Amino acid sequence: MIDTNRLIEIRWHGRGGQGAVTSAELVAQAAISEGKYAQAFPSFGPERRGAPVLAFVRISSQEPIRIRAEIAQPDVVAVLDPGLLRIVNVASGLKTNGTIIVNTRKQAGQIRQEFGINWRLATIDATSIAREILGVPITNTTMVGALVRATGVVELESLLEPLRNRFGRLAERNIKAMQKAYEETLVEERGQ
Amino acid sequence: MATKMGIEVSVAIGEAVRLANADVIAAYPITPQTHIVEHLAELVANGELDAQYIPVESEHSAMSACLGASAVGARTFTATAGQGLELMHEVLYVASSMRLPVIMTVANRALSAPLSVWGDHSDVMAVRDVGWIQIFTENGQEVVDNVLCAFRIGEDRRVLLPVMIHLDGFHLSHVIEPILFPEQSEVDQFLPPNQYPLPLDPSKPVSMGDFGPPIIYFETKWAQEVNLEAAREVILQCWNEFGKTFQRYYSPVECYHSEDAKVLLLTMGSFSETAMMAIDKMRRDGREVGLIRLRLWRPFPFGEIRQAVKNAEVLIVLDRALSFGGPGGPVCSEVKSALYGEDKKPRVIGFVGGLGGRDITPAGFEEIINRGIEISQKGSDQEFEIFGVRE
Repeated sequence: MIDTNRLIEIRWHGRGGQGAVTSAELVAQAAISEGKYAQAFPSFGPERRGAPVLAFVRISSQEPIRIRAEIAQPDVVAVLDPGLLRIVNVASGLKTNGTIIVNTRKQAGQIRQEFGINWRLATIDATSIAREILGVPITNTTMVGALVRATGVVELESLLEPLRNRFGRLAERNIKAMQKAYEETLVEERGQ
Repeated sequence: MATKMGIEVSVAIGEAVRLANADVIAAYPITPQTHIVEHLAELVANGELDAQYIPVESEHSAMSACLGASAVGARTFTATAGQGLELMHEVLYVASSMRLPVIMTVANRALSAPLSVWGDHSDVMAVRDVGWIQIFTENGQEVVDNVLCAFRIGEDRRVLLPVMIHLDGFHLSHVIEPILFPEQSEVDQFLPPNQYPLPLDPSKPVSMGDFGPPIIYFETKWAQEVNLEAAREVILQCWNEFGKTFQRYYSPVECYHSEDAKVLLLTMGSFSETAMMAIDKMRRDGREVGLIRLRLWRPFPFGEIRQAVKNAEVLIVLDRALSFGGPGGPVCSEVKSALYGEDKKPRVIGFVGGLGGRDITPAGFEEIINRGIEISQKGSDQEFEIFGVRE
């Protein structure tokens, strides 16, 4: 877990259409419903399906958030698409004691070795869960489950209402996917 | 009881317009304001807002349709940004000259070329003199509150002028943050129905926007100026009343740790909150710095600005627009004019930065302040300073 008493900055990496912006939005709404201050926003600009995109969340339990600039030194990085690890430096600026959460079929050790990741690492096969429960490889809600497991920035329960508001009749399946990812996420402390 | 929601600022604006119970929305979508009018179209289509939504083929038509709607006494709203605001340009003058209280949010955006959908204040500065009341906002709550105030100010019989509410494109329009929404009953009490005094009505015909030969044109323009000046009092009253009702107070010039500060920074819009973080840090380091935020852009708050900066030695003004071949930034020019005749005034140093969506971080603001202080001591042969550009 991470220290949630100070400002937490989360950066989401996805591809246009995978729902990284929605992930950010859901987490911010959950935090706000817990009485915290939160801010979520996409990397600004035209939307392009399939292209690498960023989304950002700031959560502060103490004071209103005033900074209005993209997150350059995140505490947490969440990667929705395993292919991005090859083309984007997802760990750019990640704090030394930060956490990186990756959607992957691979074992943590393999990811560490392949991409030189020394940070605290959480892995989850979000694509398989999404395919199985939602029938589509859209990993935004599964990755939210993984984020909650790896960081504890919000309670899983606080996400239920934002998910219901966002997904309507598809909400229950998304909740199930999120819960399953929460249960299956493996967290490994920082490598030596 | 007010409800606190985590909501995108653009969607929140749509909700504010719903609470204000607007009658007509005529709009053309343009990034980064599209989500505002999309949400309003949805509210009207779902029957959650009893209004006419008029989709048009351009911003020029959007504003023209708003004129007609406002002229019959309908509560009228639209939104635009960047090139859209420029395409409306000539019709903007008609709205203010015909005394039509159209309310518009502008998601501030840079101007082409090169094409940029990102934020700065170039679009605002190009419509500085169109005769509208213009208010800047720093966060989502301020936008929602000021949209409600805008209807009350613009439609006030002593004012009858259109109002623009400026919010930074993307930096505000696309951010999800906590916003308090008042109850419908509270809004109904705060915002009386629009009672336009001389609406277009076939049973009581009036003419609007007539031919104005030399014998009358100048008088109508002067009346417009007198009227915009008189709006100051109504704006102050409205903000005061809003504060008493909702416990959130607004003023034409807002100060942050400025009273004992020798060095002041002046900003407008959402960057002000980031600048506050720099001020906090520098204050912790023992530096006597403060921040002035300009909220009311038109009518310009001369008295309030003079009062706010009178004890400072240096005033650093950040503009997010260039006046090509001119004195730097338009805001800095205005501030300099306001202070020129004063016996005791700070040295004013203009910076231009944050164009086309470029962020300025708290460290960036600290650098701007430090460079401003240095220039105030050593002097400079430049009319203004530029921040954060590769040369």
